[in-house]
Amino acid sequence: MSEHVRNVVIVGSGPAGLTAAIYTSRASLEPLVLEGEPSSTSDQPGGQLMLTTDVENFPGFPDGIMGPELMMNFRSQAQRFGAEVQTVKVSKVDLSERPFKIWVGDPDAAEPTHLAHTMIVSTGAQSIMLGLPRETELIGHGLSTCATCDGFFFRDQEIAVVGGGDSALEEANFLSRFASKVYVVHRRDELRASQIMQDRAMSNPKIEFVWNARVVEYLGDSKLSGVKVESTVDGSISELPVTGLFIAIGHTPNTGLFTGQLDMKDNGYLLTEPGRTATNIPGVFASGDVQDDYYRQAITAAGSGCQAALEAERWLEDQD
Amino acid sequence: MASENVTILSDENFSDTISEKGEPVLVDFWAEWCGPCKMIAPILDEIADEQAGSVRIAKLNVDDAPDTARQYEVMSIPTMILFKDGEPVKKIVGAKPKAAILGELAEYL
Repeated sequence: MSEHVRNVVIVGSGPAGLTAAIYTSRASLEPLVLEGEPSSTSDQPGGQLMLTTDVENFPGFPDGIMGPELMMNFRSQAQRFGAEVQTVKVSKVDLSERPFKIWVGDPDAAEPTHLAHTMIVSTGAQSIMLGLPRETELIGHGLSTCATCDGFFFRDQEIAVVGGGDSALEEANFLSRFASKVYVVHRRDELRASQIMQDRAMSNPKIEFVWNARVVEYLGDSKLSGVKVESTVDGSISELPVTGLFIAIGHTPNTGLFTGQLDMKDNGYLLTEPGRTATNIPGVFASGDVQDDYYRQAITAAGSGCQAALEAERWLEDQD
Repeated sequence: MASENVTILSDENFSDTISEKGEPVLVDFWAEWCGPCKMIAPILDEIADEQAGSVRIAKLNVDDAPDTARQYEVMSIPTMILFKDGEPVKKIVGAKPKAAILGELAEYL
């Protein structure tokens, strides 16, 4: 039951959501953070950094820091100033009138779980899968979306990474610590990844590129024994005998809760005022990867979380 | 801080622990470097306390016991395997909310 109307409810707990929590809690707005529920994809408390190892480009950590540790630090910093963090997943929101209504658990319940004067949406993005048959059942049996969690189990085995961006090459480099060989399967003949990541991957003797190819079938019964690969040039089919496949073909924003309520860009990311975090609904702000299809960095997410917090704070002041 | 009701496993006490008569043992295969493992640790602590007597919770660090992990075909962590009289009867792969974990265990408790 909704006991009172919260000043700020923050949905999501990556760098954006928790930075918004730090700022709004220091402003004595007593924010409630609905951080999500545990899962093994990037859709989970702490966000995508929970699935990484060394974060080398977050300012303030000259020797780097582990992704999960960084996120635990964000969280304790927010809690230190009184932010309340609940490990639950939002099932429905109603932004059609104020206060905004938020449901946790049964979305058909008559009464919302929480009421809020302002909402900061920081639900992030999650990995896109290939959408091939038996995908779900093979996750954890050779198919993975978390190289840092699972790389360890592929010691001295041949594995493959699908994708051509920075995340794909970062995973390939990381996985080469364990695997005897890492194929990078990419549908084009050039990479989207940054030069530094390309140089690292190209000079890594364990990494071999499979150009102009896409994975079309998973082989193996109870666990992965290989993949069928189709050439994007002539349609010819070949098999890669890999025991592990890591998918890094990009991300999709977690906006399902807001369909039909918040304006989105054509690619599904939330639309905000240029240079701001304000959405089409006054009092609802969007920060982090859910509204960023361009930078997608922890530091830019944190920056926009700060913006959302300040905008929410000023918006609340203006209402009085 | 882990619950007192959680048994810490090693290669030495693994077989003895899972073979003990009585309540089934849920073994959490985890590692220090795994983010999702950290997210479910407090959930398993709660289950250990609340379900004491009907299930025993144990943790095995795969860095310390890679052979045991391989023996049970753990290829992703967190993986939780429920053992009854030494035999694996249920495997749960990936971090999940508490209700989902309890739901998967229900028929064995």
